[in-house]
Amino acid sequence: MAGLKPTDVLPGRGPALGTRLFLLLACSILLMVLDSREDYLQYIHSKLNIVVYPIQAAVDLPFSLADWASTSLASRRRLLAENQDLRRRQLRSDASVQKMIAIEAENARLRALMDTAALMSDRTMVTEIMAIDLNPYRRLLTINKGSSAGAYRGQPVVDAFGIVGQISDLGPLSSQVLLISDPEHAVPVEVNRNGLRTIAVGTGDAQILNLPFLPKNADIRLGDLLVTSGLGGVFPAGYPVAEINKIEIDPSRPFAHIEAAPAAELDKVRELLLIWPGDEQVQ
Amino acid sequence: MRPVFRFDGFIFTSLISGLILTIAPLPDAIDAWRPAWLAMLVLYWTLDQPERFGLLGAWLVGIAMDTLTGTLLGQHALALMVIAFINLKLHLRIRVFPKGQQALAILMLVLVYEFLLFWVDGVAGFTTSGIARWLPVLSSAALWLPVAALLKGAMVLARRA
Repeated sequence: MAGLKPTDVLPGRGPALGTRLFLLLACSILLMVLDSREDYLQYIHSKLNIVVYPIQAAVDLPFSLADWASTSLASRRRLLAENQDLRRRQLRSDASVQKMIAIEAENARLRALMDTAALMSDRTMVTEIMAIDLNPYRRLLTINKGSSAGAYRGQPVVDAFGIVGQISDLGPLSSQVLLISDPEHAVPVEVNRNGLRTIAVGTGDAQILNLPFLPKNADIRLGDLLVTSGLGGVFPAGYPVAEINKIEIDPSRPFAHIEAAPAAELDKVRELLLIWPGDEQVQ
Repeated sequence: MRPVFRFDGFIFTSLISGLILTIAPLPDAIDAWRPAWLAMLVLYWTLDQPERFGLLGAWLVGIAMDTLTGTLLGQHALALMVIAFINLKLHLRIRVFPKGQQALAILMLVLVYEFLLFWVDGVAGFTTSGIARWLPVLSSAALWLPVAALLKGAMVLARRA
């Protein structure tokens, strides 16, 4: 501290501090305003993502190591049992896929008869959730795939049971997924039974989606499955979203109060699938 | 002229550790009580080393935190910078407070920090209600004295080595 003058150790003095406060305040406000409107800061976001990636990787490391250890140190007996179980499951899904192929062909024929575009199958890629806690007031996840794997902003993400969410912030090696249960997220859906279309809005609770736009006389019942309608262009049509589990009709309100439980296991999964809608599966 | 930003290995390491602690997964039961680690670190360094750590440092670490936690870019930066500013204005007084009173002053500053975050969330339309938002204020104040002692001790060791 030999070379410092007394004023150097008293940074609270003088106008410099106030000026710096003002400049940085202006910078923050400008950034926040730009960031709250969609695409302006995508470039900066992806660059910053590279800078903080080592921190994300450091936090995730013990969990991936534990994962790796539990698979590579598992006993032979357990592995055999697991293998057998998987074989059985594979057989079962093979059988249902056979039926699916016939149904798909029939569907394509019927659609050709009706002159409508055929449904295409989607390309998928497996991704893992990084063990990271994000903003506790939003519903976000970090996954270990980014633009270097071909992911893009707005890309749909599913698990084995249904729609999970979409990519909201893209980095080269990791990206953030906005879950369908986030209060700022809405999915266009239709009732699988009768094709009734509506919108499912997140509530912030992983177990509850809200359907705020259905009139009291809408044809909807407990247990109805909601699937994506394909409207809006983000999610491909036909993926399960949620199941109706609460219908309340209050005569004093114009709309029914309807809640649904997401089909995907939003707070349990570790592995997810990225989907490229309409992109044929490359085997 | 004093440089606006001076690199310091120890402060840098502590801030990286703070970022790691901020996003490390915690059991659900105590997740809401997670202290505002970075707010505490920014307050500690502006109190203890105001000639090495100032507004720009607080702002940059806030930008890193915004990127890590997926909040609006600039939100944590703004909140951290403002509490750093208040602390720089008051640091000569807060430094000589008795320990308990110092923890109280920190409680007020972390409250300002959480309130700024809450306020920006409200303006941006991500409204949240509930007590969970304010629990970190209490846990940060409660952990202030141990954390400050730890940082002080670790820095003395690091400087001696």
